[in-house]
Amino acid sequence: MSEITLQIDGRKVQAKEGMTILEAAQSVGISIPTLCHHEKLEPYGACRICTVEIEARGRTNLVAACLYPVEQNLVVRTRSEKVDKTRKMLLELLLAHAPDAVALQDLAKEYGADKARFEKESSFCILCGLCVRYCAEVKKKNAIGFVDRGARREVAFIPEIASKECENCKECFPLCPTEALQATFLLTKALMSPSPTCDSE
Amino acid sequence: MPKVNSPAELEKLRKGILSKRDPDKPCIAVCTGTGCLALGADRVVVALKEEIKKHGLEDKVDIKETGCPGFCERGTVVVIYPEEICYLRVQPEDAGEIISQTILAKKVVDRLLYVDPTTGEKAVRESEIPFYKNQMRLIIGNNIKLDPKSIDDYLVLGGYSALAKALSQMPPEQVLEEVKKSNLRGRGGGGFPAGRKWEECRNAPGEARYVIVNADEGDPGAFMDRALLEGNPHSVLEGLIIGAYAIGSHEGYIYVRQEYPLAIENVTFAIKQAEEYGFLGENILGSGFDFTVKMHRGAGAFVSGESSALMTAIEGRVGEPRPKYIHTAVKGVRDRPSCLNNVETWANVPLIINKGADWFAGIGTEGSKGTKIFSLVGKVNNTGLVEVPMGITLRDVIYRVGGGIPGSKKFKAVQTGGPSGGCIPEEQLDMPVDFDELARAGSMMGSGGMIVMDEDTCMVDVARYFLDFLSDESCGKCVPCREGIRQMLKILTNISKGKGKEGDIELLEELAEVTRDASLCALGRTSANPVMSTIHYFRDEYEAHIKEKRCPAYVCKALISYYIDPEKCQACMICLRQCPVGAIVGDKNQIHVIDQEKCTKCGTCFEVCPPRFSAVRRISGEPVPPPVPEEARMIARESKEK
Repeated sequence: MSEITLQIDGRKVQAKEGMTILEAAQSVGISIPTLCHHEKLEPYGACRICTVEIEARGRTNLVAACLYPVEQNLVVRTRSEKVDKTRKMLLELLLAHAPDAVALQDLAKEYGADKARFEKESSFCILCGLCVRYCAEVKKKNAIGFVDRGARREVAFIPEIASKECENCKECFPLCPTEALQATFLLTKALMSPSPTCDSE
Repeated sequence: MPKVNSPAELEKLRKGILSKRDPDKPCIAVCTGTGCLALGADRVVVALKEEIKKHGLEDKVDIKETGCPGFCERGTVVVIYPEEICYLRVQPEDAGEIISQTILAKKVVDRLLYVDPTTGEKAVRESEIPFYKNQMRLIIGNNIKLDPKSIDDYLVLGGYSALAKALSQMPPEQVLEEVKKSNLRGRGGGGFPAGRKWEECRNAPGEARYVIVNADEGDPGAFMDRALLEGNPHSVLEGLIIGAYAIGSHEGYIYVRQEYPLAIENVTFAIKQAEEYGFLGENILGSGFDFTVKMHRGAGAFVSGESSALMTAIEGRVGEPRPKYIHTAVKGVRDRPSCLNNVETWANVPLIINKGADWFAGIGTEGSKGTKIFSLVGKVNNTGLVEVPMGITLRDVIYRVGGGIPGSKKFKAVQTGGPSGGCIPEEQLDMPVDFDELARAGSMMGSGGMIVMDEDTCMVDVARYFLDFLSDESCGKCVPCREGIRQMLKILTNISKGKGKEGDIELLEELAEVTRDASLCALGRTSANPVMSTIHYFRDEYEAHIKEKRCPAYVCKALISYYIDPEKCQACMICLRQCPVGAIVGDKNQIHVIDQEKCTKCGTCFEVCPPRFSAVRRISGEPVPPPVPEEARMIARESKEK
């Protein structure tokens, strides 16, 4: 692994090849906000809150810090007008779904995000996928998964697996950035759902 | 069929096939591509075969079921060789006349010919029809000449000669250099230089690497990839094998969307034939190069056309895009170097190898070389697939090839690039069509879809329509795409329902910017194009909707009303009878009145009111005049007595 020197917020940072911008920044105590990131899980790049501005090969770009691999002489700005504007909008979009989530409210204060900007669609879920990925990658159970796509995407427990696995685990509950109660609700819903049986008359 | 073991054997085989074919023997080519099949091309074939049998001509006339030549609007298309007589809109009932007149009496059936709508002149040959005459059909031109299930047909047209040339006369590096020099850019949307992608894949570390044909043509309205795969699958396959040789790949995939059953059938058949002939497999044409290819069926998601999502799907997982900070050419399928190009891109490769990079680079513009196939659809006279040189103006495509706008309507905009393309207005029509110019105009080459819109199209509604499509087809993984599209769609829907607010346009622009800049893949990054481009070129329409609650094109139902002008109504009962919801009150000699409460704004009354009366009016942005009092509705007619 060769050493790479890059610049983050004007500071020279030493990093190893293969590291992400987020890891390099964290290694020197520069904080970049994240919502869908977790050390135990593969980088996912869905919430885009870790968006930072980079300058490489003469071009400026917005990239996800949790995924972008460090490069020699890369210039990174973790805060800029553009970065802040992007994070503010992303937060406002998420607050429409989970207006009272503590993790979102703290960030909203920092970036001036208005939780009433978009009409409420309280699903209480921001689809960060922490629960889904933790169950798949760490527990290797796949008791919870994504259903449907696009604007209709949601998270659901799979009753057949959940009824066997979840009662003694629940390790995904505290991972939820919006409300662990949400997970409880979803799990209950899944377990309450009647199993498909044939009605005989 | 014994395997072909060398380029010399291939030429011998080709000569053998040619020697058995009489170029003067009449051949009736019937397009049996999906478009013509939907119009009954299979029944035309059956009818022609029956007629041939009836006249005992089985040995004297050939029938060829071919792929799509592009003029779908006039299907079923039939071309009769060797004269190249082109018949359009052929029905099974025409078979008798075609055989007795054209084949036996050598006479042209006038009524089946193309008639120029402006000059009234008839065109006998395909090459005389303006739709074809103004194209440059390098890729799709062979479709009508070959039976896609016959590898011999492809060989007769020089098929696999480029592969033989590459394998026997050019080291892989030279093939790569040739493609790089040609400046062939990816036809699937992004326009990334194919040669550079090939080189990156070739040089990426690792033993195994893949080449992939992207035939997940998900754009509603674009069907050039389907036409190529259905009509000339070997041309795509030949390009792929040449690419594999240049890149050093021994395994390939053709990813075809499940919704293209005929393409899947013909590709599968072509792979089998190519294996039998030895163009696939071990030691291809005695060169020592091995290559196999597998067909992979898509499972019905627009986003799977995105390269990383497609590769995830090949691995057997849900087709969701992944970040491409490390290119898929370096880390693709199973983290191995994978070179993915679109169907049309691969189909260009044999031409470049045969005719040379300089020839190819001589066609097109500075930055975009060769030709491009567009799906020309919408409010244009000649809809279908058109292949034109890069750099042709939009005006030439729409008016010279497409024959202009039907019904003497006014052109409003052309939407290029598929659902996430942009709308280009009249004043930009003389812009040369290429990758960079389209991007500069706020649109993109994308899939090559080209939807022509006339004055009856509402641009707010167009943006809403495409965002609705994208909100369904986004994978939903990343926030800016999923939530940005959701909110943009909400705002657009509100505007079209007359609930638009001050500040909506600015909020749309802000959302569009974040969605473009922060989304994970190209679907999200381009999803705002329909919004951005319509706001840019048609801001006045947005403002009319928001401020005046008026839809200038009379499309948004919540903002329009139909009204019968009492001064003009002749109480003819036509609209009254045709109104599907019985919203029109009136009687003989009684002026008709629309009950606004009941009216569903379907527009039937407006369409059926006889032009000599033109009594039905569309109203938007102003109140509907109160109905004439019942007692004043009688029409006093002059006596009809003579």
